[in-house]
Amino acid sequence: MSNENQKEFSLELLRSGDRAEIARLVDAHSANIYRVALKMLANTQDAEDVLQNTFFKAIQALPDFEGRSSLSTWLYRIAVNESLMLVRHRKPEFDFVEKLDDDEERELLLTQFSDWCCLPESELMSSEAQGYLDEAIQELSEKLRVVFILRDIEKLSIHETSETLEISESAVKVRLLRARLQLREMLSKYYGEQLDTEKRG
Amino acid sequence: MNKDLDCGAFLDSLSEYVDGVIDSALCAEIEDYIADCDDCRVVVDTLKKTIYLYHKTSEENTIPVDVRERLFHRLDLDDFIQEKSLLSQNVTS
Repeated sequence: MSNENQKEFSLELLRSGDRAEIARLVDAHSANIYRVALKMLANTQDAEDVLQNTFFKAIQALPDFEGRSSLSTWLYRIAVNESLMLVRHRKPEFDFVEKLDDDEERELLLTQFSDWCCLPESELMSSEAQGYLDEAIQELSEKLRVVFILRDIEKLSIHETSETLEISESAVKVRLLRARLQLREMLSKYYGEQLDTEKRG
Repeated sequence: MNKDLDCGAFLDSLSEYVDGVIDSALCAEIEDYIADCDDCRVVVDTLKKTIYLYHKTSEENTIPVDVRERLFHRLDLDDFIQEKSLLSQNVTS
């Protein structure tokens, strides 16, 4: 989490409820927490709710924080749990989707082979393309999406991701590969069409 | 096609390969494999690009000023709202 900016926090001050130190903690981590919630939920109001609830609960729990994991891992964990609670709340078929994932665990998708890498960045990152990136990530199941967000967007290590989600490192790796391949498929369809249009034009 | 590496092994090593955390012997095997298989090279290149695009476009998603203000208010930290973070938040709202 923004390592170059991260300063050491005094656990003692945080546990004792020092408001200046707490404000510093909030400022250091709020952008990351908000981004994770936004990518998980694709809704600014929901993301803001998660952001507020995460820090509200964290501050309440700080006096008991033992420091077994880093503060950033701990905050990510609370934010992920808050996000998943909202997802489950608004999507009652959640259990069904989870089960489908398990059934498909071994199926890795590789059907698209258009070579869209050479498209100019202005096209790859146009606002329309960014809208598509956001849509595509929502197509992933929650358990794949959360791994991809932590590892590839927030750039947590495999170990930190496994700590945050309290799953094994091998589970992180399996889910990460599936998430990456599914997104690659979707992006290949999208950018491949642009490539074809260019060739025709 | 490299006989030492099949498609399944290629897939299994793909994440480590694009992350650059693979041992050098296996890395060389994969590079041989890719050299003989154009589709595999495309998969590797587009997979790297997929990861790059998500990270790159998300760097700009920072916290809007009004969201930060409401957060500080909810946390009863109103008196710290003005103390702009020393950390560059690169706010884009």
